[in-house]
Amino acid sequence: MRVDLVLANWELFLGGVWMTVQLTGLALLIGFCIAIPFGIIRANKVPVWSQLINAYVYAFRGTPLLVQLFLIYFGLAQFDFVRESWAWVFLRDAWWCALIAFALNSGAYATEIIRGAVATTPKGEIEGARALGLSRWQVYALVLLPSALRRALPQYGNEVVFMLHGSAVASIITIQDILGAGRTLNARYYVAYEGFLTAALLYMAITFLLVMIFRQLERRYLRHLALR
Amino acid sequence: MDTLIQYAPLLAKGTFVTVMLAVTSLILATVLGSLAAAGKLGGGRIAKAIVFLYTSIVRGVPDLVLILLIYFGGQRLVNTIGKQFGMDYIELNQFFAGVLAIGFIYGAYLTETFRGAYLTVPPGQGEAAKALGMRPFGIFWAVNFPQVIRFALPGYANVWQVLVKSTAVVSVIGLGDLVGLAGDAGKSVREPFTFYFAVFCVYLCITAISQFLFDRAERRYSRGFSDAR
Repeated sequence: MRVDLVLANWELFLGGVWMTVQLTGLALLIGFCIAIPFGIIRANKVPVWSQLINAYVYAFRGTPLLVQLFLIYFGLAQFDFVRESWAWVFLRDAWWCALIAFALNSGAYATEIIRGAVATTPKGEIEGARALGLSRWQVYALVLLPSALRRALPQYGNEVVFMLHGSAVASIITIQDILGAGRTLNARYYVAYEGFLTAALLYMAITFLLVMIFRQLERRYLRHLALR
Repeated sequence: MDTLIQYAPLLAKGTFVTVMLAVTSLILATVLGSLAAAGKLGGGRIAKAIVFLYTSIVRGVPDLVLILLIYFGGQRLVNTIGKQFGMDYIELNQFFAGVLAIGFIYGAYLTETFRGAYLTVPPGQGEAAKALGMRPFGIFWAVNFPQVIRFALPGYANVWQVLVKSTAVVSVIGLGDLVGLAGDAGKSVREPFTFYFAVFCVYLCITAISQFLFDRAERRYSRGFSDAR
């Protein structure tokens, strides 16, 4: 084990951590913004829209993230109209392709989580809000969403870790994330596993940090549901 | 579309490799998961510590990283040992490395599934069997085990669905699975979208068929319970 190589290249790994955190964070944020309206539409079974969103969710949850990424990064170049359009500036870039793939993937999983949380809201909460004379929008903004998002916390925490781990595939399309840094180290010094092992430890550290943060959040926001 | 038909045998071969990889990994994961669950439920302090370490490590590391680590690190390890015995350079088999990695990962997830299912069986049933004079193994086999299957099935189905999708990353170490073969073909005929879309559809089919089969199995094992149809 050549620890010295890892320590001498700490900047490489720091850059990798930043890249992973940035990609994962942005993808989760965009995915969440997709998931709120989509999840509500699905929970309310709005005709046509609900079926369309269901098809999207089903397709992205039923296939590997790696295939989704390849479809966007390698696949789209097949079409002339894509290469001639304004979007090509983004779509030929590995970082943008990874972000698009991750955001769409996370959006699908989060939609399902939010749909579940909204659909299982106790009827009494909504009836109570209506009885107080709140409008439809007010019910959502003040009662239903705050309640549903709280109850979605444990599952969403899993999704965050899932996305963090899934983002490692970005290194396959040359992005210098944590695993990318590990691959670079291995290639640079012709070592077999030092880079991968460092990457594994870094992923593990971030995972435990996230798990801890979500446990704190759950303790804070789900206190009313805890057993007394 | 014509090229897809032309390459259909290749895609079929890739699908076969992917399914075989997934099924073999699931078998290994089931064995590891059962052992770890048994260790967590009835083992001593050391067994419990090992299981804790195993499940914590696996849950913290992405599947791709573990696969690369097992493949390249394993290659190095095997050859370092091999050199001592004067053996030639050994090339590790990608399928084998993939099964090892994926089985190892999902064994950790199944540990919790199996443990939870075992604990759901009311203890009174085991006590009743004991009072009837049944031996410990008989109690497990006739009383606990059938119910563990019933309680574990939904979780088992979930793990399988995630596992299937996980097999895609084994193509990174050069396995000729569905993703690997279709990727090569798509590159050589300059139609990557067509081929990756075919892969996308095959995976969708696999998950849909699995869902159907697991739903049936769940219904079968829930016969005799009020919410069974």
